[in-house]
Amino acid sequence: MKKFVCVAMSGVLAASFAVSASAADQIKVGGIGPTTGPAAIYGTAAMYGEQIAVDEVNKAGGAVQFDWKFEDDTHDAETSVNAYNSLKDWGMQILAGTVTTNPCLAVGAEAVNDNMFMMTPSASSQDVIDTGDNVFQICFTDPNQGTASADYISSKKLGTKIGVIYNSSDAYSSGINTNFQAEASKVGLQVVANEAFTDDNSTDLTTQVQACKDAGADLVFLPIYYTPASQILKAANDMGYKPKFFGCDGLDGILGVEGFDTSLAEGVMLLTPFVATSADKATQDFVAKYKEVSKGDTPNQFAADAYDVIKVLAKAGEKAGITADMSASDICDALKATITDPSFTYDGLTGTGMTWDASGAVSKEPKGMIIENGEYQPIDGESVSASTEAETESE
Amino acid sequence: MAKQKKISKAARTYLTSFILVGGFWGAIEAVKLSGGLSSKAAGLLIPVCAYIMMAISLNLVVGFLGELSLGHAAFMSAGAFAGVFFYNTAGAGMPEGAAIVLAFLIGGLAAGIFGVIVGVPVLRLSGDYLAIVTLAFGEILKNVLNSLYIGADSAGLHFSLKDQFSLNMEPTGKVLMKGAMGITGIRKFSVFSVGILLIALTLLFVLNLMNSRAGRAITAIRDDDIAARSIGINLTKYKLMAFVSSAVIAGFAGVLYALNFASLVAKKFDYNLSINILVMVVLGGMGSIPGAIIAAVVLTVLPELLRGFSQYRMFIYSIVLIIMMLFNRAPAFVMWRQRMALKFRSGKAGSEKEDAGKKKG
Amino acid sequence: MQFLSYLVRGISLGSVYALIALGYTMVYGIAKMLNFAHGDIIMVGGYVVFFTFCQGGMNPWLSMILAIVVCTLLGITIERIAYRPLRGAASLAVLITAIGVSYFLENGAMLLWSSEPKSFTSIVSLPALNLFGGSLQISAETIVTIVTSLVIMFVLIWFVNNTRPGHAMQAVSEDRGAAQLMGINVNAIISLTFAIGSGLAAIAGALLLSSYPTLVPTTGAMPGIKAFVAAVFGGIGSIPGAFVGGILLGIIENLSKAYISTQLSDAIVFLVLIVVLLVKPSGLLGKKATVKV
Repeated sequence: MKKFVCVAMSGVLAASFAVSASAADQIKVGGIGPTTGPAAIYGTAAMYGEQIAVDEVNKAGGAVQFDWKFEDDTHDAETSVNAYNSLKDWGMQILAGTVTTNPCLAVGAEAVNDNMFMMTPSASSQDVIDTGDNVFQICFTDPNQGTASADYISSKKLGTKIGVIYNSSDAYSSGINTNFQAEASKVGLQVVANEAFTDDNSTDLTTQVQACKDAGADLVFLPIYYTPASQILKAANDMGYKPKFFGCDGLDGILGVEGFDTSLAEGVMLLTPFVATSADKATQDFVAKYKEVSKGDTPNQFAADAYDVIKVLAKAGEKAGITADMSASDICDALKATITDPSFTYDGLTGTGMTWDASGAVSKEPKGMIIENGEYQPIDGESVSASTEAETESE
Repeated sequence: MAKQKKISKAARTYLTSFILVGGFWGAIEAVKLSGGLSSKAAGLLIPVCAYIMMAISLNLVVGFLGELSLGHAAFMSAGAFAGVFFYNTAGAGMPEGAAIVLAFLIGGLAAGIFGVIVGVPVLRLSGDYLAIVTLAFGEILKNVLNSLYIGADSAGLHFSLKDQFSLNMEPTGKVLMKGAMGITGIRKFSVFSVGILLIALTLLFVLNLMNSRAGRAITAIRDDDIAARSIGINLTKYKLMAFVSSAVIAGFAGVLYALNFASLVAKKFDYNLSINILVMVVLGGMGSIPGAIIAAVVLTVLPELLRGFSQYRMFIYSIVLIIMMLFNRAPAFVMWRQRMALKFRSGKAGSEKEDAGKKKG
Repeated sequence: MQFLSYLVRGISLGSVYALIALGYTMVYGIAKMLNFAHGDIIMVGGYVVFFTFCQGGMNPWLSMILAIVVCTLLGITIERIAYRPLRGAASLAVLITAIGVSYFLENGAMLLWSSEPKSFTSIVSLPALNLFGGSLQISAETIVTIVTSLVIMFVLIWFVNNTRPGHAMQAVSEDRGAAQLMGINVNAIISLTFAIGSGLAAIAGALLLSSYPTLVPTTGAMPGIKAFVAAVFGGIGSIPGAFVGGILLGIIENLSKAYISTQLSDAIVFLVLIVVLLVKPSGLLGKKATVKV
């Protein structure tokens, strides 16, 4: 058997070890994210988002055309670096990834080494952009979201006793929570319950909900993704516990969970850059196309962020005049200069007037949304200004 | 007669193992020199080395001691975190070489200590109960590391098992380990030759142990512990010896692995990783060192080779795994293979050595 | 009162573990193998009920029966294709194959039904039980799950001790070779065991998801491992042991979440397991194996 496998493998190995030659007038853009495994919803969404954007860019026939390939990393740093190397062998010149934070840190170090331009749709930790000056984000950083949420709750007097339920085994969630706690104590919010769960014990979240109830929390902050959140909302409802719920961009998608009783989400507030039910044409076009490629799913913020990444790359690429025959490093330098230029702004699905500073953090406005009648409505029709604060933090 | 045969078998294992590893190293270096080594292959080198060490190390427990361990990744994790934590903090001010050597020693030591902590109670049990307790220890370590925050300020180190906030540090303090985020910003150290050197040392140690008095005692315990005890073999001592040696090797592998990436999280070393390493050992043939090496390479490279299948990748991997197990282990297939082997007896002799060279071709 | 309500939550979770552990322990006791794919059969059962009942509006009983049939057939097929050829090989080889099957089911489910989470509608449409003037609430799902696992436990004990196939199962468990010599069709008995275990998995899946409604392709993995731990805790191979182990595990997990640490609850659960096994190496209700020289 061993011998048999070896003989079979050696041929394939030889084939895979050869450096593939690239010859096309399209710029090669790679994407990395989990399309299998427990985090597959996020990576798959990003993959479809990028695919739609690449098709649009190429169809529009601008000066910059993309050849695009997406690789799976199963939400694992090692596999993610493998995916990165595999894309490099394919001839990748720009990286539109990676989707999740921990793999992004590992890949970021490689990209810094190669001076490969990368923009992550959704790896939101501050550490990601700290990796190097060629690493950019299109999502809010965790400090931004945590701080903005605390400020928002306090300035709008949404609650006095705050309960938090977060995922301590998840970098995104614990990152936001850390910053939320810090800001909450600063602005005088009283956190009465700070309950964690982990990926391994998330089957039953009722205990955490009850702890918030017993502590008398009148607002529960959920810096988590929508899957566990849907479970928390149901548990609270079953218990007859009706606090206000407040979440971040990870909650977006909760209305799209198949089989979920959306009436449970009534009154849930969230800060999110993207709203799939928004009436503007760009969003509606995107949602329609997304439903087509994904065979019926509704896009979440990961898809929208990833879509915007490709569009930003196209816009900045055209402005910088990058061409397919440039090396990845030259493209990186050109894009870096263009994108951090104050005159470069981008309007997309996840925000308007986005700009980037040299740290790699985006400046855009999160929208405060409330779910009413199964749809997102802006809270008081005004947006939260948190971007200024984020800039000072990331300095 | 019997004795002579045994020695020659041992010599053959030595030879095959070292030719395998040497051939692997030579082939890779040759391709590297010619400039034909793809990024993907280059990126896989260190993980492959680490997994080879893990497979050899687990083989000590499963193959030679005959006990099932489902938590072997925990030792790798203990080594990785200890080694990298040192390398990233105290090691930062040292000369590179000294920092690396010390990181490996500290990683090995940490894994060894954890091995003793696990080994002493665990080795009282046997069979499936032992397996479940190793799994439990692995999950405990993962869970604790996942919630562990370490920070440093002028007052020294701060620890917390809750969140960054409860570290109570001065504002200027630096968080060194951030729970689920683990350790970030690791200065990478990935030198293929170091990986090969570690494998060679591991091989030397394991093969020597196996052919020593202690090794024979361990094998005797595996084959019949009551008989072994009746001839005066100290069960606890030898079981613990095998278990802790295995843990130390896994610790080294962990440091090697972790230094290859810029970020390190406890989640990586979960039950699935333990299982994957177990698969390598079982697939390679329990107790066979060359088999473990080959299986480690194949199983690490296989999912990467399946990249072309995108979303079907892991699905195909699972099918290949089932088929390989059936083909390799099902009695009916084994008989069939033996019949085939008899037919082609003459052509078989040199194939194993050829494999070593061919593999990396 | 708070304590009582945490306790009830623990029993609720524990009864689900117990139900899964019963399937685990049946298969282990008779086929002597750890069927790591058991958790994933639960997931398949969950999807069947989701598509027929939650989305298709089928009668819940009918939907349950359909899920049981599907899982039973799946279990038998898996046993026939992946496990039976390995009979006589080292038990580790079967273990690894079971892991392969588990990956196969998880990834297959992802390809078929995507990784988008689905929210399960409870198959139990009864009102919750309110005690002490509403200060202690016990959900109908909890009661149904406990009753179901108790009933299943007693039926299994009766079946194993009082029927011909049951006796044959005991014989196979005791000594496979001797059983064969006595004219027992070992393969048929093991198939039957898998059929029962997988049928139970379907029920467990539906009840697990009725209490904890998130359904994804990896839904069964973690409860599967916990239930395995529960089975060992109670003494693997012992039917009452699986029940007791499951309930205790759920209680320990939830009380440690409530009173010690939510993030370290798993570490605490596993620590208790280790301590129990060290004091009583064959589990709480397990038979002490005597080693023959």
